[in-house]
Amino acid sequence: MEVLKIIGALITLLGSVFLLLGSIGLIRMPDVFTRIQTGTKASTLGALLSLLGIGIIYLDIAGKVFLLIVFILITNPVSSHMLARAAHYIGVKKADVTVVDELEDFENEKQKNETQISE
Amino acid sequence: MVNIILQIAGGIMLLAVILSLYRFFKAGSLVDRVIAFDVMTIISISLIALITHFSGRTIYIDVAIIYGLLSFLGVIIIARYLEKSL
Amino acid sequence: MNLIIIIVLSVVMVVMAITAIIHKKLAVAVIATGVVSLMASVMYLLMAAPDVAMTEAAIGSGLSTIIFFYVLNKIRKAK
Repeated sequence: MEVLKIIGALITLLGSVFLLLGSIGLIRMPDVFTRIQTGTKASTLGALLSLLGIGIIYLDIAGKVFLLIVFILITNPVSSHMLARAAHYIGVKKADVTVVDELEDFENEKQKNETQISE
Repeated sequence: MVNIILQIAGGIMLLAVILSLYRFFKAGSLVDRVIAFDVMTIISISLIALITHFSGRTIYIDVAIIYGLLSFLGVIIIARYLEKSL
Repeated sequence: MNLIIIIVLSVVMVVMAITAIIHKKLAVAVIATGVVSLMASVMYLLMAAPDVAMTEAAIGSGLSTIIFFYVLNKIRKAK
């Protein structure tokens, strides 16, 4: 039983290291979109692992912790995706090393088709 | 043993809060500040789970559930405001 | 450990409250108020009041941010 608790504590420590890596990426990345990427992926994995560790230590609240993990796993990528879409539409500057922008290509294509139809 | 490991984890999480606070002030646009707010919310959920261990009352995890439910709505409404489609 | 958490979170809270007062853009001030509510909720939890922390999380950080941004949108449309 003691071994199980130590395993849970080590999983929580790993999750907190992932949270710290997400924050360091938030400082070092050059661009809004790359910051959204590092701020949502690393933080989701970190919160998930640390909650899982607490759920292993206290097995009587494992149901609630599982509910919370499922909820974070569903909602956090959705909200950051909406934020990235809004940042694209209000025209936030991209970094100089950006190679491909699929959404902008799609919009240009759609506009070209509409002008052809109207002609 | 368990207590010492979880105290180190709490210290690392507080360091992450300070680093995202730095990004809140050195921000280029409003979107940067919203990202820092989102990261702080997620770190707070993990910190509440750690406080559950330190205080020894397992009822505290309910607050984390309420938090995970409601922080989502705040970021969604800010994104709709920026997109001018609220 | 509780003392260290209280000190760090209070520093974040005070810095955010000063930002909410002196910043020129209204949207940034609203987000700073949301961070103050977030830290206050964790502090209420450390003071062994989970019901107050739940209310603060629901009203302070969730509902008030939503209502403030709704009103800011109305103001922008009226201009």
